[in-house]
Amino acid sequence: MTWETLMHYKWGVMAPEFIILGVATALSLIDLFMPNRQSRRPLGWVAVAGVIVAIVSLVGLLSVDTTSILHDTFRLDAFGKAFKLLLLAGAALVLLLSLDYRPKEGMKYEGEFYYLFLTALLGAMVMTSSGDLITLFVGLELLSISSYILAGLRKTNSLSNESAMKYVINGGISTAITLFGMSYVFGLSGSTNLKKIAMQLSTLQDSGHQYVLALAFLLMLVGLSFKLASAPFHMWAPDVYQGAPTPVTAFLSVVSKTAGFVIVLRLFISIFAAALSQGNEPSSMLLSMQDYIAFLAGATMIIGNTVALKQRNVKRLFAYSSIAHAGYLLVGFASLSFVMVDSMWFYLAAYLFMNLGAFAILQTVTDQSGSEDISQFAGLYRRNPLLAIMMGVFLLSLAGIPGTAGFIGKAHIFLGAFATEPAHYVLAAVMIATTVVSYVYYFGLFTQIFFRPAAHHESFSVPIGATIVIAVCALGTLLFGIMPGWLYTFLDKFHHFSDFLR
Amino acid sequence: MHDTYFLSLLVFSPLLGIGLLAFVPKTQEQTIKLLGFLATLPSLLLALFAFSQYLRGYDLSRLSEKHAWLQFGKYSFLPDSAYAIPYELTVDGFALVMIVLTALLATLAAIASIHIKKEWKGYFMLFLLLEIGMLGVFAAGNLFLFFLFFEITLVPMFFLIGKWGYFEKEKAAYSYLLYNGIGSAILLLVILILFARTGTSNIAALQDMLRGGEEASQMLAPISNDLRYGLFIALLIAFGVKLPIVPLHSWMLRVHVQAPPSIVMLHSGVLLKIGAFGLIRFGMGLFPEQFERFATFIAILGVVNLLYGAFLAFVQEDFKMVLAYSSISHMGIVLIGLGALNEAGIQGAIFQVVSHGLISALLFLLVSIMYERVQTTMLDRLGGLAKAMPLAAGFLLAGAMASLGLPGMSGFISEFTAFLGLFKTNPALAAVGTLGIIMTAVYLLRAVLNMTYGATARGVAEVADIRTVELVPVLVLIGCIVLIGVYPQLLAEPLAATIQTMMNGLGG
Repeated sequence: MTWETLMHYKWGVMAPEFIILGVATALSLIDLFMPNRQSRRPLGWVAVAGVIVAIVSLVGLLSVDTTSILHDTFRLDAFGKAFKLLLLAGAALVLLLSLDYRPKEGMKYEGEFYYLFLTALLGAMVMTSSGDLITLFVGLELLSISSYILAGLRKTNSLSNESAMKYVINGGISTAITLFGMSYVFGLSGSTNLKKIAMQLSTLQDSGHQYVLALAFLLMLVGLSFKLASAPFHMWAPDVYQGAPTPVTAFLSVVSKTAGFVIVLRLFISIFAAALSQGNEPSSMLLSMQDYIAFLAGATMIIGNTVALKQRNVKRLFAYSSIAHAGYLLVGFASLSFVMVDSMWFYLAAYLFMNLGAFAILQTVTDQSGSEDISQFAGLYRRNPLLAIMMGVFLLSLAGIPGTAGFIGKAHIFLGAFATEPAHYVLAAVMIATTVVSYVYYFGLFTQIFFRPAAHHESFSVPIGATIVIAVCALGTLLFGIMPGWLYTFLDKFHHFSDFLR
Repeated sequence: MHDTYFLSLLVFSPLLGIGLLAFVPKTQEQTIKLLGFLATLPSLLLALFAFSQYLRGYDLSRLSEKHAWLQFGKYSFLPDSAYAIPYELTVDGFALVMIVLTALLATLAAIASIHIKKEWKGYFMLFLLLEIGMLGVFAAGNLFLFFLFFEITLVPMFFLIGKWGYFEKEKAAYSYLLYNGIGSAILLLVILILFARTGTSNIAALQDMLRGGEEASQMLAPISNDLRYGLFIALLIAFGVKLPIVPLHSWMLRVHVQAPPSIVMLHSGVLLKIGAFGLIRFGMGLFPEQFERFATFIAILGVVNLLYGAFLAFVQEDFKMVLAYSSISHMGIVLIGLGALNEAGIQGAIFQVVSHGLISALLFLLVSIMYERVQTTMLDRLGGLAKAMPLAAGFLLAGAMASLGLPGMSGFISEFTAFLGLFKTNPALAAVGTLGIIMTAVYLLRAVLNMTYGATARGVAEVADIRTVELVPVLVLIGCIVLIGVYPQLLAEPLAATIQTMMNGLGG
């Protein structure tokens, strides 16, 4: 590769990635040379500023046509733009939240937190925009490895150590499985480029080869379920969520999960939609695997929602809640309808607001008392009525009650399940039934907050970072619940992500 | 269509009260209660105004509103308006009657809320939110909006029961939440299946499409006959929870006993009626063929409700339980009327919806007044009420008479017409049903006579009689009950058009 070809690429389309990379590098150097006694808090603000600048640059790129550079390993298409926006918005909110995070034993590695956070984000962004198995995998690993360290950042806390350990081991296994699946795909197509793979696989006629390809599909689906925290790789979530520092938990439950769905959509739609499957009537490989996805979606929803009923630790409760939401999102995927990507994007956007808002309040309340037991929420309404009402909004949205963004998101996913022929009645029935089950634990938090007498009586103030997060999230949750039209008008700009392989 | 915001104003005017209440310090009990009461007035006045205009021949379709709200993406291969959900409100005679009933009961329940003992601010804010939900349900022009308002009632009710109720309030609140949660979940599935397959959720358009009218060609995907039956049964269950149809009723007993009486006035007076409204509007309106096939079954369900409620009401020791079972029994008459499948039956059913709304509100108002003084509603501890509270005891007797269907009161008209309908189509079943009417007289007289006469129980003798502020709502309700009983045309006229549309759908 010569200098000329290198300069010939439109590097501008990678601006958001470069900004994050630059800020991460700068922060790691500053942290290295900064005296130990000095507060790392300003670094956090720099990180927030960096992410916001990246958002601005991404907004500037929204009108740019679909572009691919570096031999199609990096693509800026509608899909990349839309989901990168979610990742960056989520990351900015989590960073704001982390500014105020003060665990019992003190935050010793605050500087490390900020730049590792940014590298994790960078990994997720690269995944969103990649058009090649290699870059997809590098992005995935960058995200995973950064997350492993983040989970274990409370070095003197045994739960945090345990969570990091579990996360690494589970992550390692799942990555191996994913990679094994990818190796079959490479073997069958002889290429790592998604477009070329799709072209090769669409001519695959031999039933033996198709069988191997189906196996590859299942391996990749199972392996990637680790990032989604969906069945069968969901077991790590409760332990890691509980042990990891709260902002990291928020990151895992929102940004990392979004990234998981990004890679699932990108990979499976690109590769398997065009591939033929065996059977009497030749159909798309993706369609023929629909039942397996649906089964995993159903299992995820049932496991998440029923086990959540028993939880006393709020972070574990939210871990199971996030597993359940992964299940709802998988319903959107399993339907394979024409609203699939749209509905998942909207749901992820709604989930971003409602879950991060809930986590901001969760962090404020648990930091206050040092305990994560559900009873710490008792009498919150008496201690801080406004905070209690905000928590109410987020919980209602998570439960999918109308008037909130969560409801519109769920309705859209149902719409996808019913709009196809044949419609997915069973899957939708499982989803609605488990949603009603989820009322029990969400409203259980309500009884703590509004009906129970307070455990502590002193009122408390909410730190500035958390205040911003709660305000933004409440606004988003309510605004997109009452006026969803605005978000849909914005979504229409992406033309339903039709430029996947162009 | 010219722009009008009349219905929006009507539905959302309690918001003003919520906004004002937010600025009142929570210790100002009198101000909060007064403000809470005043906030229900605009809706009532607007509703009464619309009703009087309608009686003079005003065309209600001119009140319809429609604004763009939400579209689940625009697709080049679909019609332009597919998957769009506008914000649309519309009323017909039936809906308007229900709106008047709702607004009236809300105002009266706000007066009855003087007996609320704590956290008035939160109470009235939720109360007004509940009112918005109830009004909106009847004014909704599409299924999506209907569901939205339907669910808006769920959350305030959960809090109102769970926080301001009696001893087992949290259990009652959960029971309410889960049963109704399941009911509305099923309803949501039905709505979204219809929406996904037709591309619209407008009630009038759906009616036309499902009957194979002009717009049927715009459907996006077929709705097979089996699917129609499935949807209809799902609707029957969803609204059966709300109505409630035996055996889906256990939650409703808990709510009747545990919730504060002022809320039960609304719950029994309006919320249960949403079940009947939905069954008539969507069960019968959208799936007339299926409804016809199930008519006998529905009539049987109605007779079961009637008898089950009546017999169990007879053995209850708690007056609130008597009234709860009485509600189940009376909702049976709605089903009986609908199952009759003729004009008289449907008219009787709708009459019963309105009439029972007024009567049960009256009885629970009296419960609230008595409980305030005696601190109990157990029948054996209320003996001799007639001596201590002659007025209240008199009203109680009047309420019971209305409930058991004394001629000259609204209960008579509705039960008579509903049974008239069923006797035409299914005399045997109707004959069994009349047993329930006799039982109604028996259990109500037993309960009321126990309370008013009999040996004076401890603590009853020295209580004061009804106060003026309590007297007003009682008189208003009795006035309405008698007015409908004496001059049923007041209801029959506005309902005539709706019933005619229903009959057309049924092919009669």
